[in-house]
Amino acid sequence: MPDERKKILEVHHLKQYFNVGKKDEVRAVDDVSFDIYEGETFGLVGESGSGKTTAGRSIIHLYEPTDGQIIFNGKDVSKLHTKAEMHEFRREIQMIFQDPYASLNPRMKVKDIVAEGIDIHGLAKDDADRTKQVEDLLETVGLNKDHSSRYPHEFSGGQRQRIGIARALAVEPKFIIADEPISALDVSIQAQVVNLMKELQEKQGLTYLFIAHDLSMVKYISDRIGVMHYGKILEIGPADEVYTHPLHAYTKSLISAVPVPDPEFERNRKQVTYDASREHDDKQRRMVEIAPGHFVRASEDEVEMYTKRAQEAGLVTDFPHS
Amino acid sequence: MENPENVIEVRNLQIDFHTYAGEVKAIRDVSFDLRKGETLAIVGESGSGKSVTTRSLMGLLAPNAVIKGGSIMFHDEDIIKKSEKDMQHIRGKDIAMIFQDPMTSLDPTMRIGLQIAEPLMKHKGLKKKEAVAQALEMLKLVGITNPEGRINDYPYQFSGGMRQRIVIAIALVCYPEVLIADEPTTALDVTIQAQILDLMKDLQNRIDTSIIFITHDLGVVAGMADRVAVMYAGKIVEYGTVDEIFFNPQHPYTWGLLNSMPTLDTEGGSLSAIPGTPPDLLDPPVGDAFAARSDYAMKIDTEQEPPFFKVSDTHYAATWLLHPDAPKVTPPAEIVRRQKKFAAMEKPEPPIKHVTKE
Repeated sequence: MPDERKKILEVHHLKQYFNVGKKDEVRAVDDVSFDIYEGETFGLVGESGSGKTTAGRSIIHLYEPTDGQIIFNGKDVSKLHTKAEMHEFRREIQMIFQDPYASLNPRMKVKDIVAEGIDIHGLAKDDADRTKQVEDLLETVGLNKDHSSRYPHEFSGGQRQRIGIARALAVEPKFIIADEPISALDVSIQAQVVNLMKELQEKQGLTYLFIAHDLSMVKYISDRIGVMHYGKILEIGPADEVYTHPLHAYTKSLISAVPVPDPEFERNRKQVTYDASREHDDKQRRMVEIAPGHFVRASEDEVEMYTKRAQEAGLVTDFPHS
Repeated sequence: MENPENVIEVRNLQIDFHTYAGEVKAIRDVSFDLRKGETLAIVGESGSGKSVTTRSLMGLLAPNAVIKGGSIMFHDEDIIKKSEKDMQHIRGKDIAMIFQDPMTSLDPTMRIGLQIAEPLMKHKGLKKKEAVAQALEMLKLVGITNPEGRINDYPYQFSGGMRQRIVIAIALVCYPEVLIADEPTTALDVTIQAQILDLMKDLQNRIDTSIIFITHDLGVVAGMADRVAVMYAGKIVEYGTVDEIFFNPQHPYTWGLLNSMPTLDTEGGSLSAIPGTPPDLLDPPVGDAFAARSDYAMKIDTEQEPPFFKVSDTHYAATWLLHPDAPKVTPPAEIVRRQKKFAAMEKPEPPIKHVTKE
């Protein structure tokens, strides 16, 4: 059971609103709760505008959360008051960004990009140690030490993303938020980067929050998946289960739209459409555990329907609701 | 035209780009046909030359591009020899194009109705009123809700998916014979992508357009294409029907592409990435350009360029593995699985003898 594992991150009722109180108030993340266990990969999927990127950015405090609680490693980090607190927090959580072109300073050499965290946190004893650390990191991500005095423009997209990963690893974080880390890469290179991330996770015991819209890749890399839509999480569960037996209608429609590299499958594709208006019927909804570890955002009268669905899929035989 | 069924015949196309670093050989001897009413998908990584190839069909190459040789026949005329003025009569009327980013391909300062009507006024000499009336019909056709109320809106008032519908409406308003779609859904979410792809298929049936579909997404190819050409380092390395490419691929690069994608059944373990990066086309490698990244490379692959070997009447692949003297190799497990499926599929011809079977 997942409950026995240690939670490294707990997000309770996270809200991230923009332009609060104004006419154009945007509730980008609206009452989102989830836990991430140590050593796992939690995939957050959703369409553009669903709030998945904002959620990641709120967790790492690139935005100041409007409301809610974020507990990291047993410590409440929802409000970081001093610079020192922020400093400490950012050493434990790092981020890998989507665009490997925009996220590396073009005027800095690779060694200085990778060592920026080392410098900020004073992790190197002297220059020789700094160089050694950088070279080790480059080797870890599959680049070689000769690359350290080059500039980002001398690298391909896949190599740049490796530099971004090396930079994130430099401060030896426990937790990495990867926001669409492979979306800008070619198919053959995507697999290289995903493999590297998996390998690093096994070796260094990292925990990932993997944010992406590519469902097949998310399913492959994640242990558990959360599906976001309009700022809310609609379904959370084990990756395989969510993918093969989605319970929420939105998840179903999302998965049915994923193109599959199989012409025979594509000829018989059945697209499920989703009508978002059903979410706006003023009913109170909360996350209900329909099958073990499999939550769906449901109103009281929908619970029975979801339970029936789960029973039909063989996910649950007789399971009491929480 | 060699074959009356063809709309476009490209033969031995070679395109270089002058850069400060030297001549980039972007297209290295590319030939293909586009048949009437079909969808031909061109797949490949960035830099493989798929976009350059299609831009040359439109006469839209960058100023530093030089067509070194070859021909592009359209209506028994070579497009390469045409002047810019002549091309302006073809572009948008006979050959139209949809680009990846719907925001940058629309004019932000022009009402969408007028943008759709513009090609009609330019190419068909319609008066503004008639053209706008037809634009309205087109808006209905591409599924914009409340078209009467929205025809005078500006692009920013639409979502990404709706904007791409408008771009499609502009491209199709003159009922072009050929539609070139360059990554038309890459910037869109999967659910919107599915809608746009359905729309394109539906419109293709209605107005009988031939489509060249450029993408790197093999899932999209599987759903859209009748035939597929796989490009690598400025060359087509394999082409065939969609079933032949997905279920009976022969080139190690095609194997690598199909193998590096997680499928519904992929469980744990690591993905089979293609190692390394594509070659630098400033100085293209001798022989098979994919050899340096291929587990199946032989000595000859680094010495001599492979010709196209025939797999079936519709399926050709440029790999020495198909030479009668080549050793029999076993493709990756995923490819073997696909080939088994192919062997079991109903088709007019018996399985070809080059296929290695376990």
